[in-house]
Amino acid sequence: MVAKFDLNDDSVVVIIGTGAGGGVLANELAQKGVKVVALEAGGRYLPDDYINDEWDSFGQLAWLDARTTSGDWRVAKDFAGLPAWIVKAVGGTTTHWAGASIRFQEHEWKALSTYGAVEGANLLDWPIDAAEMEPWYALAETKLGVTLTEGRAGLPGNNNYKVFEAGAKKLGYKEVHTGRMAINSSDYDERPACQQTGFCFQGCKWGAKWSAAYTDIPRGEATGNLEVREHAHVARILHDDTGKVTGVEYFDKEGNLHLQKARIVSVAGNSFESPRLLLNSASSMFPNGLANSSDQVGRNYMRHTTGSIYGIFDKPVRMWRGTTMAGIVQDEARHDPSRGFVGGYELETLALGLPFMAAFLNPGGWGRGFTTALDHYENMAGMWIVGEDMPQATNRITLSETKDQWGLPVANVHFSDHPNDVAMRNHAYKQGMAIYDAVGATRSFPTPPYPSTHNLGTNRMSERPEDGVCNKWGQTHDIANLFISDGSQFTTGAAENPTLTIVALAIRQADHIAREMAAGNL
Amino acid sequence: MTRVERKGLTRRALLGRAVAAGALAVAGTGFIAAPDAAWAMEVSVITPEQMATLMQMARDIYPHDQVADRFYAVAVKGYDDAAAKDLVDAGIAALNAAAQAQGHADYLSIGWEEDRVKVLQAIEGEVFFQTVRAGLVTGLYNQKDVWPIFGYEGESFSQGGYIDRGFDDIDWL
Ligand SMILES: Cc1cc2nc3c(=O)[nH]c(=O)nc-3n(C[C@H](O)[C@H](O)[C@H](O)COP(=O)(O)OP(=O)(O)OC[C@H]3O[C@@H](n4cnc5c(N)ncnc54)[C@H](O)[C@@H]3O)c2cc1C
Ligand code: SF4
Repeated sequence: MVAKFDLNDDSVVVIIGTGAGGGVLANELAQKGVKVVALEAGGRYLPDDYINDEWDSFGQLAWLDARTTSGDWRVAKDFAGLPAWIVKAVGGTTTHWAGASIRFQEHEWKALSTYGAVEGANLLDWPIDAAEMEPWYALAETKLGVTLTEGRAGLPGNNNYKVFEAGAKKLGYKEVHTGRMAINSSDYDERPACQQTGFCFQGCKWGAKWSAAYTDIPRGEATGNLEVREHAHVARILHDDTGKVTGVEYFDKEGNLHLQKARIVSVAGNSFESPRLLLNSASSMFPNGLANSSDQVGRNYMRHTTGSIYGIFDKPVRMWRGTTMAGIVQDEARHDPSRGFVGGYELETLALGLPFMAAFLNPGGWGRGFTTALDHYENMAGMWIVGEDMPQATNRITLSETKDQWGLPVANVHFSDHPNDVAMRNHAYKQGMAIYDAVGATRSFPTPPYPSTHNLGTNRMSERPEDGVCNKWGQTHDIANLFISDGSQFTTGAAENPTLTIVALAIRQADHIAREMAAGNL
Repeated sequence: MTRVERKGLTRRALLGRAVAAGALAVAGTGFIAAPDAAWAMEVSVITPEQMATLMQMARDIYPHDQVADRFYAVAVKGYDDAAAKDLVDAGIAALNAAAQAQGHADYLSIGWEEDRVKVLQAIEGEVFFQTVRAGLVTGLYNQKDVWPIFGYEGESFSQGGYIDRGFDDIDWL
């Protein structure tokens, strides 16, 4: 039976946002008998509701509330009001995500020690390491049913993969496979195998891809310990005069403001909304925003060094058929400064439908240079780059002059590439184009980064309170009963797609919170 | 496609009085039509000449020789709207002024795409150009009828995905 908790019930854990971090935390706590109210700004959509159409799906699921941008990244020019392509719905961006689920490499937990200080970068070691995370990663892989782990078979390669694989092998790359994917290669966990529909980014209508929307959320609700309130936009986190948080104020669908009391508050609104909420919760006691004595809230925004490469061939590829991102080259993920940059990158297959291809091929571009590329859409293969970008104190979320529909200042997202990011991207562009050229591409070209899909680092974990916002449990340094539970706690971004790590951290955090609650420490 | 109409003889009669405008014909009475009368569009707020100019702009911004005029017409028909009139009036006046500055009578009378592109480049920083270009990205490429021209197959769930329909059928590698 689905729980219903009173607004004045101050024994509940309130979780803000129900994506990879918040959705998993909510279920994990509920499974342990902890009472949870999860507040989600978006509505609830399930596989039957998902739409096999790029723009219609975008209109259904994407976060379209106002945001503003600055900095020299091209997104600020081409998509000024849309710095990120993420979701506002129960399940968060796990409805849109492609399912690539890879662990950090050991050295990536210790970026500062491994790479050394990099000028202009605010590098730091995570306060945790690979050994600490190993069991949590294993639990996350089981939860998500990740292929090529624990004996699960890989996905079959689609056309886009076959081109990619053939080119990569010709170049001599060794670690080339269909990826460790949170997409079923055979029936698993009451969900079917992938039917190669090709709309992974639009929500998987088969449920073959893991999403919190139809796994963790309903399972948490089934325990009777979890209440998910949709269309509940949290405006502010409240605290008492001892500096402990006491609850949150949120707007319901009709715009009525409610106050939900809480024993513990977890922030999991993705890396723009989480710091925005902390900043918007400033009070006379915390004039710079909650948990911000370090002045690190909103800083060190990372989005991975990305970009895409497309190859055009003299024969059809039909890249849109089948899984959107099941294909990876991992050879370049190593740290090897001889390439002219620190850290590494993954190359992963990527396919867009014609409507998104037109929007992202070369935003702002026009004329025959643009259209002759699209003319060969059927003969096109695609991949994208996921590389470690440098945390920079000046790449940050601040409160904008612009207000949202609730009258709250929106997030301004400021980002400029670090020279290391640029060097890495250029290297990756070259290698990606070489992959396609090796199998006879008649034309290949790099395309600029899209609005961010990976948003990290704006409430980072740190050993010392002055270096970051939260400790190794995601607990804020300043406020004991306030936690960060999403990608914003990332100290550094590593070369890997972030969600497996977000999920592993959420499982670990649930274990910690439940234990501390039982011990009377929280 | 409400205002794009396939018409027969009556339209032909109208076209008899039409003045040539690029590849398109502009009739005197609020219609714009293909020379062979394969389709016609009625405009009520902006002039047929302005609509013809917008269509030529659309073709020059995103030229696909295999995509027929009627798809471009659908993509720009929204400018025939009171809310867009000022933008269109001022924008097309500036476009024609740019054409004149490059020695042409006006934009539509320029015979070669290359020369029209030079005129567009002169105004590409302006709001009018950017609005038209940005609108085309969805207005043109998000028409489901356009997709097959590029080979794109669209929705696949109702057909069971591609698992039995060629997700891995590449045979030339
Ligand atoms: C197209 C696409 C493809 C991707 N592919 C991959 C991939 O293959 N592998 C991978 O690892 N990652 C992928 N990602 C990234 C992945 O989806 C995110 O990293 C992950 O979902 C982030 O988790 P999160 O918990 O930080 O935030 P989210 O999952 O975005 O959840 C945040 C939730 O909080 C809600 N919220 C925000 N503010 C408030 C508020 N004030 N009140 C109430 N609710 C609020 C939002 O509505 C949202 O539902 C992809 C992303 C996209 C967009
Ligand atoms: S390709 Fe597979 S995982 Fe992706 S949407 Fe289709 S069935 Fe789901």
